[in-house]
Amino acid sequence: MSLAAESAVAPDAVLDALEAEAIHVFREAAGAFRRPVMLYSIGKDSSVLLHLAVKAFAPGKVPFPVLHIDTTWKFREMIDFRDRTARELDLDLKVHTNKEGVDEGVTPFTHGTHEYTRIMKTVALRQALDEGGYDAAFGGARRDEERSRAKERIFSLREPGHRWEPRKQRPEFWRTANTQLADGQTMRVFPMSNWTELDVWRYIQREKIDVVPLYFAEQRPVVERDGQLIMVDDDRLPLQDGEQPQLRSVRFRTLGCYPLTAAVESTADNLDDLLAEMLVDRRSERAGRLIDGEGGGSMESKKTEGYF
Amino acid sequence: MTTTEPQSTSIETEALVEHPIVRVVACGSVDDGKSTLIGRLLAETESVPDDILDYARNTRRSGTTIPKGEVDFSMLTDGLEAEHEQGITIDVAYRHLYLPSGRRAIIADAPGHEQYTRNMAVAASTADIAILLVDATRGIRPQTHRHLTVCAMMGVRSVIVAINKMDAVGFQHVTFEELAGGVRAAAARFDLEEIDVIPVSALTGDNVIARSAQTGWYHGPTVLEALTSWRPHGAENLEAAPFRLPVQYVVRADDFRGYAGTVVAGSVRPGDKVVVNARGPETTVERVLVAGEDVDVARAGQAVTLTLETETDVTRGDLLVAPGEGFPADHYPRPATAFAADLVWTGEEELRHGRSYLLLAGSLAVPAVVTAIRGRRDVVTGEEMAARTFKMNDIGHVEIATDTPVPLDPYSVSRDTGGFLLVERVSRDTVAAGLIRHALRRAHNVVPHAFTVDQEARARLKGQRPRVLWLTGLPGAGKSTIADALERKLHGLGMHTYVLDGDGVRTGLNKDLGFTPEDRAENVRRVAETAKLMMDAGLIVIVSLVSPFRGDRRAAKGLFREGDFFEVWVDTPADVVVERDPKGLYAKARAGTLPNMTGVGQMYEPPEHADLVVSGAGDLDEVVGQLLEALEVS
Ligand SMILES: Nc1nc2c(ncn2[C@@H]2O[C@H](COP(=O)(O)OP(=O)(O)O)[C@@H](O)[C@H]2O)c(=O)[nH]1
Repeated sequence: MSLAAESAVAPDAVLDALEAEAIHVFREAAGAFRRPVMLYSIGKDSSVLLHLAVKAFAPGKVPFPVLHIDTTWKFREMIDFRDRTARELDLDLKVHTNKEGVDEGVTPFTHGTHEYTRIMKTVALRQALDEGGYDAAFGGARRDEERSRAKERIFSLREPGHRWEPRKQRPEFWRTANTQLADGQTMRVFPMSNWTELDVWRYIQREKIDVVPLYFAEQRPVVERDGQLIMVDDDRLPLQDGEQPQLRSVRFRTLGCYPLTAAVESTADNLDDLLAEMLVDRRSERAGRLIDGEGGGSMESKKTEGYF
Repeated sequence: MTTTEPQSTSIETEALVEHPIVRVVACGSVDDGKSTLIGRLLAETESVPDDILDYARNTRRSGTTIPKGEVDFSMLTDGLEAEHEQGITIDVAYRHLYLPSGRRAIIADAPGHEQYTRNMAVAASTADIAILLVDATRGIRPQTHRHLTVCAMMGVRSVIVAINKMDAVGFQHVTFEELAGGVRAAAARFDLEEIDVIPVSALTGDNVIARSAQTGWYHGPTVLEALTSWRPHGAENLEAAPFRLPVQYVVRADDFRGYAGTVVAGSVRPGDKVVVNARGPETTVERVLVAGEDVDVARAGQAVTLTLETETDVTRGDLLVAPGEGFPADHYPRPATAFAADLVWTGEEELRHGRSYLLLAGSLAVPAVVTAIRGRRDVVTGEEMAARTFKMNDIGHVEIATDTPVPLDPYSVSRDTGGFLLVERVSRDTVAAGLIRHALRRAHNVVPHAFTVDQEARARLKGQRPRVLWLTGLPGAGKSTIADALERKLHGLGMHTYVLDGDGVRTGLNKDLGFTPEDRAENVRRVAETAKLMMDAGLIVIVSLVSPFRGDRRAAKGLFREGDFFEVWVDTPADVVVERDPKGLYAKARAGTLPNMTGVGQMYEPPEHADLVVSGAGDLDEVVGQLLEALEVS
């Protein structure tokens, strides 16, 4: 039969199915684990994740705390947004910073991006999970983000020390998760595994979910480095010779630490325009993340160390 | 797909809307061209970002003949670093395909190697459709049968067979017909609803997305068309089935108590009657909420929260179902404690007959034992052969018993309530996926009658607290000597006792068992069950058994209530034991005539959390004193 005969799967139907799956995963983990926590990175995926968590347990409250790893290099708007969201949704928000890292003066400029990320994100996350005694952590990672993620489980097991051991990952049959943990093991749980970036934005639009304004185009002070646009969010960014911040209309596809997250030139200052731009510019979103490097492999090495 | 024409557009549209996401398992042997086919599907539906396409244009792996600058589609689906190096896929990967209809396909890419049957089973467990590759230059091979067997067993009812590399055989019609006939014959022994056989070249793109000019003799759909037009069949139409909701979570708020879970079959409306775990009284659904909002009806696949009109005791792991009237008994999950099931063994460790595992079904977890191994399936021929154990990637037929009655469906009725996992209790690894064939309704499947004279009554008459003391340790550690001394002491105090001794049971009850790990597991299981009966009779039972494996001892302990079972490690240094060698066993073992001797040929796994550790080389009276204290007898 011809392709023309069916034109009729509304994007809404796909979103409904993805939403149902995510809610299922949330409930399963909340029921099975002793002390789950949700990792909240303030980005669009986290905003959707939070929205799904609220739906999963409505009319009850979200039955776990929300954890933000603050590297101290986040965009200022992100921190404002985080605190406002926590107030509005009455969340049990925990914020953790690797204090030793701060004391030792670890920054993206002094220690290099890889070492900085390891200390201020990976180690910080491990510290926070250990201190909180959490046996499970929800994250907003999606399989479409990066090729090595295509094999990530929805319930991803971590060995003692938060090590990700490819060989120990459990086969995922049906909707039945093996949530049993041996001593020292913990679980990372990804309810949005099967979402794509486009789904995330469509869902944000449909559900009218609030996101950090940095995702929308606006005149912002940026410098251009190696072809990437870096926003000068505060005066901690060391300017190189001849660099002069200029105002340009830019937005961000992903949000992380401002010195490590490149902006894209854009005039999309609303969701419709943004979705339209996405359909044209078909580069993967991580192309704007300076820490990932080339190819699909480097993310995997970080994951083995315990990076989310 | 092709065999039926759509009756009307509205039915077609409805089916698609019901199934906005279709799940696909892709199977093929190494080098059949699976990565190339999936890569092409992804690229040509614009389901991969441009920078990844660039990568596939500019990166080459060794051995490839595709010139730089052209897209090597097989590069689009590569994942883990380790696999890059080996050049093979070793795990299941999931990719998203935007189908032209707006439907989404999630392709589970399962590796082709024989040893990864378990990964294929995982990928097939959620699949609506299988894409099965056959390399036209190599023909139908044992792998083709293996893939069909696993897909059919896991409940896949629609198969798209891509006869690939047609370019390499000159797009010859006869070659295609021969292979297509072979595949259809092989598929005939399975319960498939639809099979499309398509001549394809993944490399050149023929019949992948668009109709090929090279195959004028072919009139069926392309691979993409077959995916796009798929719709659920009778067996997959879960909406018509009786309502089932496995409860995952109890949502509590002010004046609110709701049971949250995903509807796995049927539909539910306010006012519907439901039964908890398919037994007991009916109750009525008051409200149906989806994502916090009241709705009139919720259907299979939706995540819901229900409130009930009457106060009912429902917890996580329970199953809410429509009342059983009007449904055939075999299609209704009446609780049972024994089942016939198929297993796909996924564990590194072999199946231990008689060992207690955790059975997970949905949100339910209960201890379960494989009570009989009926046979192992040869996945190529489909024949069932005798087997004593299963290794990783084996598929077989077993009987399984659970500690408490559980409401499970036949797998053919519902994947979600008919599939289960077996979990090893120490490592917590998933050692098997199970598929219920049917509940066993035999004498031992009856829920035990509650007799009026019970353990407590018997114990009261004897004036003692029945217990089990389980002495474990190396052969010659002194277990029997200690058991004997303790029993004499207890007997003298007027206690009713019995010693179950390893050598004793092996001359009678367990004389059919040897010393392999499987037989030792069964030995321990029988002794534990016997001890349990004796304890129930009111006795203080002293077990004296090497019981070298932690898992077996843990299973034994699992039969008892907290505080009724003491694991006592008789810890005697190895050199003392070898020196003693009361039965000359160590001498034989070292001479090689006793291969499974504990401490020599087999490991002894000392307890990690023994309730008591005593020395088998110290003062006997002191040890007896310690044990009396543990038993709270003075
Ligand atoms: N001639 C021809 N070669 C193909 C075709 N599809 C794949 N190949 C080649 O077969 C080899 C294995 O392909 P790949 O997709 O990596 O196979 P996989 O191991 O099944 O994923 C590669 O050299 C491909 O270029 C085809 O349709 N025709």
